[in-house]
Amino acid sequence: MSDLLKTEGLTVSAEDKELLRGVDLTLGKGETHVLMGPNGAGKSTLGCTVMGSPEYKVTGGRILFDGEDITEESADKRAKRGIFLSFQDPVEIPGITLSEFLRNALEQQTGQRIKLFEHKKNLAAAMSVLGMDESYAGRDLNVGFSGGEKKKAEILQLLMLKPRLAILDETDSGLDVDAVKVVSKGIEEYKKSVGGTLLIITHNAKILEELNADKTHILSNGRIVREGDGQLAFDVLADGFEKYIEEV
Amino acid sequence: MKQKTQVADVDRSLYDFRFEEDESDFFDSGITPEIIREISEEKNDPDWMREFRLRSLEIYKRTPMVSWGASIEGLDVDNIVAYIRPKTRMNTDWEKVPENIKETFERLGIPQAERESLAGVGAQYDSELVYHNVREEVAQSGVVYTDLESAMHDPKYAEIIRSHFMKLVPPTDHKFAALHGAVWSGGSFVYVPKNVHLEIPLQSYFRLNAKGAGQFEHTLIILEENSYLHFIEGCSAPKYYEAGLHAGCVELYVGEGASLRYSTIENWSKNMYNLNTKRALVQKNGRIEWVSGSFGSHVSYLYPMSILNGEGASAEFTGITFAGEGQDLDTGAKIVHNAPNTSSYMNTKSLSKSGGKSTFRSAVVVNENAVGSKSSVNCESLMLDNISRSDTVPVIDVKTDKCDVGHEARIGRISDEAIFYLTSRGLSEEDARAMIVRGFADNVSKELPLEYAVEMNSLIGLEMHGSVG
Repeated sequence: MSDLLKTEGLTVSAEDKELLRGVDLTLGKGETHVLMGPNGAGKSTLGCTVMGSPEYKVTGGRILFDGEDITEESADKRAKRGIFLSFQDPVEIPGITLSEFLRNALEQQTGQRIKLFEHKKNLAAAMSVLGMDESYAGRDLNVGFSGGEKKKAEILQLLMLKPRLAILDETDSGLDVDAVKVVSKGIEEYKKSVGGTLLIITHNAKILEELNADKTHILSNGRIVREGDGQLAFDVLADGFEKYIEEV
Repeated sequence: MKQKTQVADVDRSLYDFRFEEDESDFFDSGITPEIIREISEEKNDPDWMREFRLRSLEIYKRTPMVSWGASIEGLDVDNIVAYIRPKTRMNTDWEKVPENIKETFERLGIPQAERESLAGVGAQYDSELVYHNVREEVAQSGVVYTDLESAMHDPKYAEIIRSHFMKLVPPTDHKFAALHGAVWSGGSFVYVPKNVHLEIPLQSYFRLNAKGAGQFEHTLIILEENSYLHFIEGCSAPKYYEAGLHAGCVELYVGEGASLRYSTIENWSKNMYNLNTKRALVQKNGRIEWVSGSFGSHVSYLYPMSILNGEGASAEFTGITFAGEGQDLDTGAKIVHNAPNTSSYMNTKSLSKSGGKSTFRSAVVVNENAVGSKSSVNCESLMLDNISRSDTVPVIDVKTDKCDVGHEARIGRISDEAIFYLTSRGLSEEDARAMIVRGFADNVSKELPLEYAVEMNSLIGLEMHGSVG
């Protein structure tokens, strides 16, 4: 049993609108998958549903994680199993610093106390990978961060929380070339040090260049309409979606 | 799938213990000239004070009931016992305070707090102060901290009290100010001489133990030129079925260049009517800072007022109100700019949950003479569920165009998005809510005296703790 994530006939709706119409997706352990599709195809819906967002209602099918049915589980339980979602638009939480928050989240996930000294050391190391100024550790979580800083902070959380499955929802969108490089570097570091499984939602070839994706899935109108190897992602980006969607 | 949070009532075991009050002298309930004379005699009032009480009673009788704001229909003033003397006189030696009263205050952290971080402590139990003490070095600096009754009989202060008592809040102000003038008892008198900076705070603690009773303490603070004081008051009461009434009055006189910080944590039981009046008069370059935390009581009317009466005077009001089930907390602040180049800043947070209602009223008045004045009001409300209510009622009355007045109000609910974000990192929904609420209150709770900030944090933890479903 080497599948980490499997969705079977997943149908999802929100506010009585059907957003996913039977999605079958399988991610093997340690693999890197790319999820693409036109705007409104349901990519974020899929990411958020796997994470357990209460905004989306699963109306059919199921989600298996490491062979276990997690379809009805709350987001915090899924996080504890090792699922992570990098948000498109991370929420600002005043009153708790990035450092405190990460320590809190790590303690919740592991159920163990983490020594402050050790935590600070690990955090500083992860921040240096991303070239983040150390002062961010002491700032309130995402409060007043620029778009790029927020995305970097998401990748920082990825490096610190070391999930088994990381879903990156357009983490590279809206970033300049240098910032995309930093995010790529963070993702590489995650693959290298944790060996985790990745589902990358993107519109951008840049971030894929260094990643050697194993598989590409193209989502359109709530269905996966095409699957292929890593090269497919580049082809789609070169030719546009239309060609690949129309072939179906 | 939308989920609602059911949160349990706050654990009040710290406050709800009580002792039977057979140790005390009860006066008859109701407010009559006979009762007033009895109180006056019991307290050995000077003639002017007895007359003042009787005159206030007259005003009380002819003043109509307050008809706006939170409902006070459940309050039957005629059945409130206005005066209860504990069976003890005021002590300056903690050991001499009777056991049950001592235990009450010790459970509430007094005088432990005194030993640790205060310059002086006063403790009122029902109608009278049972303990009052100041550190010797503080007394030597000329600072007076005592009960109003003793000061009134001291030839050094009798005249000061007569010329200041209820001059800022006259009995004609409103019905409960009149009631206060008639039946007031206990409270504090603080006098800080010129140029004296009291670095550590003074604290008064008010405890209403008897049931169906009223507490009407009077706090009179006078700061002379260039002096500094931080005064902290804390209030609590156990819960009874009979409604209790707190109609205290606070009058603060801040002299030229003087600075006063007045912190209050109010945690009355949830059957109390807290109809309190607080006012400060600030002279040239003087400063008043209010820090106010309102968590308890069934109904509150509380709007501390600052009158900036001298050029360059300033006021800052920082407040937090937390209304839970069955609570209607009507709070706010008023600032009157009555001299040139005065400034004010108001920063408040209100929270409501489980059907609680919190209303924030702000009033900023800039008089014609207050040219070059600045005022900024910022209030934020957070409703924790769909059955709670939050209202903001700002009033701005500006009589000159040579001033700068700003107002900002935000009302919101905890967003599902924020909950999802935090739970996706492994926090339970409860912890996520508590984290958001703490964050919301953070810049206000930082202003509270440390032990209260800790208490407030655990209070939020308790308020937020409950089953989700």
